[in-house]
Amino acid sequence: MGVIYIMILVSLLIALLFFVLFINSVKSGQYDDTYTPSVRMLFEDELVSDKDKEKLKTNK
Amino acid sequence: MSDDSCYHCGAPCKSINIKIDDKSFCCNGCKTVFEILNQSNLHCYYDLTNNPGIIPSEIKGKYNYLENSEIVSKLLEFDDGNTAIIQFNIPSIHCSSCIWVLENLSKLNPDIRTTLVNFQNKTVHVTFSSKETTLKEIVELMTSIGYEPYISLEDASSGKKKQNRHLTYQVAVAGFAFGNIMLMSLPEYFQMDEFWLNQFKPFFRGLMFVFALPVLLYSAQNYFISAFKGLKNKILNIDVPIALGISVLFMRSTFDIVFNLGQGYFDSFSGLVFFLLIGKIFQQRTYNFLSFERDYKSYFPIAITKIGKDRREQNIPVYDIKKGDRLLVRHQELVPVDGILINGDALLDYSFVTGEANPVIKQSGDKIFAGGKQMGSSFEMDVLETMSQSYLTQLWSNDIFKKKKTYSIKSLTDAISKKFTFIILSIALISGLYWFFIDPTEAFNVVTAVLIIACPCALALAAPFALGNMLRLFGKNKLYLKNANIIEDMAKIDTLVFDKTGTLTTNKSHVKYNGELLSDKEKSYIKSLLRNSNHTLSRKLYDFIKEEPFLDVTNFKEEIGKGISGNCEGMGILLGSSLFVESNEIDTILQTAIWVKINNKIKGKFIFENTYRKDLQDVFKKLQQKFRLIVLSGDNEGEKERLRKLLPNQVAYYFNQKPQQKLDFIKDLQLKGKNVMMIGDGLNDAGALAQSDVGLAVSEDINIFSPACDGIIDAKKFRIIPNYLKLAKNTVLLIKISFIISFIYNTLGMYFAIQGLLSPIVAAILMPLSSISVVIFVSLGTGYLVKKTDICH
Repeated sequence: MGVIYIMILVSLLIALLFFVLFINSVKSGQYDDTYTPSVRMLFEDELVSDKDKEKLKTNK
Repeated sequence: MSDDSCYHCGAPCKSINIKIDDKSFCCNGCKTVFEILNQSNLHCYYDLTNNPGIIPSEIKGKYNYLENSEIVSKLLEFDDGNTAIIQFNIPSIHCSSCIWVLENLSKLNPDIRTTLVNFQNKTVHVTFSSKETTLKEIVELMTSIGYEPYISLEDASSGKKKQNRHLTYQVAVAGFAFGNIMLMSLPEYFQMDEFWLNQFKPFFRGLMFVFALPVLLYSAQNYFISAFKGLKNKILNIDVPIALGISVLFMRSTFDIVFNLGQGYFDSFSGLVFFLLIGKIFQQRTYNFLSFERDYKSYFPIAITKIGKDRREQNIPVYDIKKGDRLLVRHQELVPVDGILINGDALLDYSFVTGEANPVIKQSGDKIFAGGKQMGSSFEMDVLETMSQSYLTQLWSNDIFKKKKTYSIKSLTDAISKKFTFIILSIALISGLYWFFIDPTEAFNVVTAVLIIACPCALALAAPFALGNMLRLFGKNKLYLKNANIIEDMAKIDTLVFDKTGTLTTNKSHVKYNGELLSDKEKSYIKSLLRNSNHTLSRKLYDFIKEEPFLDVTNFKEEIGKGISGNCEGMGILLGSSLFVESNEIDTILQTAIWVKINNKIKGKFIFENTYRKDLQDVFKKLQQKFRLIVLSGDNEGEKERLRKLLPNQVAYYFNQKPQQKLDFIKDLQLKGKNVMMIGDGLNDAGALAQSDVGLAVSEDINIFSPACDGIIDAKKFRIIPNYLKLAKNTVLLIKISFIISFIYNTLGMYFAIQGLLSPIVAAILMPLSSISVVIFVSLGTGYLVKKTDICH
C-alpha cells in the first residue's frame, strides 16, 4: 500500500500546479476586467469595407 | 430607425437638414464623426449598435496645455522616449460599439500602437509611439470622434493606484487548503479501526497540519492584526472572538495530532477562514467606475492660458499660477483662481460651486472667484490669490476632508461582539472550573471546545452578506454607495438636509411669459433672433418657443451681459435685461427674465423659473412622517414662497448659505444629537456632504463629476429616496434576526462543547452549516425586502 504515498504526492503536485497557475493569472490582471473580453471576442479581426460587403451580398 | 433621428447619436434632428446619402444627422459634429469613421473603413461602428455615437464637443485650443511637457509627463504612466502608455478615463463609453471603435484607434492614427478598453471602469489604455505623435494629437482625435477623455488635476497630482489583490490571494490559499484538508480528513470520519488506515494516519495528519499553516499565517493574518489593534484601543471588535476562536482551533488541533489524541479540527479551521474571507470579498465590492473621493481637484482643469508680458499666450499648469499673472479664460473654461477681471465680459456660471441658479455677469474691475465657468466668449483676468488660497479651495483645508470616517467602532456587529465575547469567556471559564473538579483531564478539552464553537463565524458573516447584497441591489437601482457600511448609517438617519439648486430642481428651467400676447409672427421673429446667440438663456428660450419659420436677421448685435438686437422683416427687435430694453421696471435679483421689445414697444418678459423635480411633493410628504426636513440653499430667497406652497409646512428653509456655513450647519445638528443625511449635488455642498453622517450626491449623469460623498444617486431615482431609507432600516432588522439564528447555532454547539462531546465531525458539520444557512437567509431576505419595497421604477 506504500503506493498511496506516491499517489498523494503526485495529486498534491498537480493541485499545487493549478494553484500556482491561478495565482499567476490573477497577478497578470486576467480577472480585473471580466466584461470587455466577452464583447471583444465577437468583433471581426479585419476591417470590413463597403466593397467587401457588396461582394458578400453578391456571393450569397 | 426613423428618418428624423440622427444616424450617429440617435438624437432627434431639428429643422436644419444635414445629410449624407440617406442618413440624416442632428448636427455638424455628428456628421464629421461619421465622415472620419467612414473614410477609415470604420463603418462597422454603426453596425454593432444602432445610433451609438456621442456628439463631439468643441476642441479648439482646449488641449493646448498638453504641449507642456511637464504636464504630459505627469499624466503618462510610462514613457521611455519611444513608447508611451497612458490611461484615459472616458465617461462616454456606453456600448459595444464604443469598445470596438476605441480599440481600432490605430486605424485612425497609425502611431497609436494598441488601445485596450476596460468597459466596467470606463478606461482606455493607449500605447503610442511618443516620437511620432503627441498626447495632444491623441486626445484631440478621441475628442473629435466623441470620446473625450476626462483629464483633471487629480490625474496629474495623485500617484497611480496599484490594484490590491491581497484578499484574492488569501481566499485562494484558504480555499486550496480547505479542499485538500477536507479530502484528507474524510477517511477518519468513517474510521473503522482498519489496519491500513491506522498505518497512514500520521501521514495524513501531518499533511493537514502543513496545509493549515499558511491559512493561519497568511490567510487569517488580518483578523489577528485587527483584533490586536482593537485590544490596543480597548475595543472588543468582532475580530477579537474570531481571532481567539481561530487560534484556539489551530492550537487544539495541533495538540491533538502531536499527542495522537485525534485528527484535530483542521478542516473546520480552514473552512471557517475561507468563509469569513469570502464574506469580506462580498462586502468589499465597490463601483470601480465611480469615484467617491473627488474634491475640487477633479473639477478643476490642469492648465490655463497665461498671457505673458509680450502678449504671448502660454499654457501653464494651474499649480504654477502666481499672484499678478494675467490669465485668459475662454468659453466653457473654468476660472481656476480668484482674481480681478481686466477686460472682456465675464458671464460666469457658479451653479456648481455656490448653488446660484443663473449665470452672473461681471464687468472689468469686478472681483471674480475661482470655480465659475465662463459662458460668454473669453476674458482676461489678473490673479489675486494662488490656487490653494482661493476662496473655494480654502473649504478643503477644513479638517473634515482629512480624516477618514471610521466605521469599525460604531458598527452593529462590533456592538454585539462586545457582549458576546464576555459571555463566551465566562462560559468557558465556568465550564472549565466545573470539569476541573469532576475530571481534570477533560477540563482542557471542554474549555477549548467552548472557545471553538463560540467562534462567531455566522455572526461575522451575517452583516457582510446582508449589506454587500443590499449594496449590489441598490446599485442595480441606481443608488451607488461607497461601501456597504453606509447602509447601516442610513438606517440611523433622523434628519434630512436638502440642497436646492440641482437637487430639488432639475437643470432645465421653466419659462413663463408675462405681458402682452405675442402673435405667431412675433414669436418667429424672436426665435430667429435667438438662433444667433449662444447665451445659455437664449438657448433655453430658443427651445421653449415652438414657432418654426426662420427669417433672415440683419444687423444682429450681441452685447454680452445685456442682450441681443437685430432687424427682422423691417422690425427692430430687442431681447435682454430690463436696462437693455429701457423698461421702467427694474429686474430684481430674485428673478431671471428676458424682456422683449419690438419696434420700440415693450411687449413683455419671459421669466425663467426653477423646475422642481416631478415627485418632489410626494417625496417630502412621505419623508416628513419619519424625518426632520431642512432645505439648505446657496441661492437667494427668490424661490422661498414657491417652495413653501409646494412642500409640507414642517420643512425649515435656510437661504444664502455659503459652503462653509453649510458645513457648520450640519455640524451643529450633529452636536444636537441628530443623525444627518445631506442630499446635495455641487461643490458647494461638498463640505456638508463630508460632514454629514451620510452624504448623498444627486447626479443627472453619474459619470460626470460629483463631489466627495458616501453615495451617488441617479437623479431619476430621486423619488425613491424614502424607499431606500426604509430598505436600509429593514436590512439592519434582517441582520438582527440573523444574529439570533447564529446565536441558536452557538447555543446548540455549546450543548455539545460543555459536555465534552465536541468531536471533529460535529464541528465539521455544525460550523459550515451555521455559516451557510445564515448566508442563505440574508441573501433571500434582502431579495425579498427589495421586492416588497418598490425601488425598481
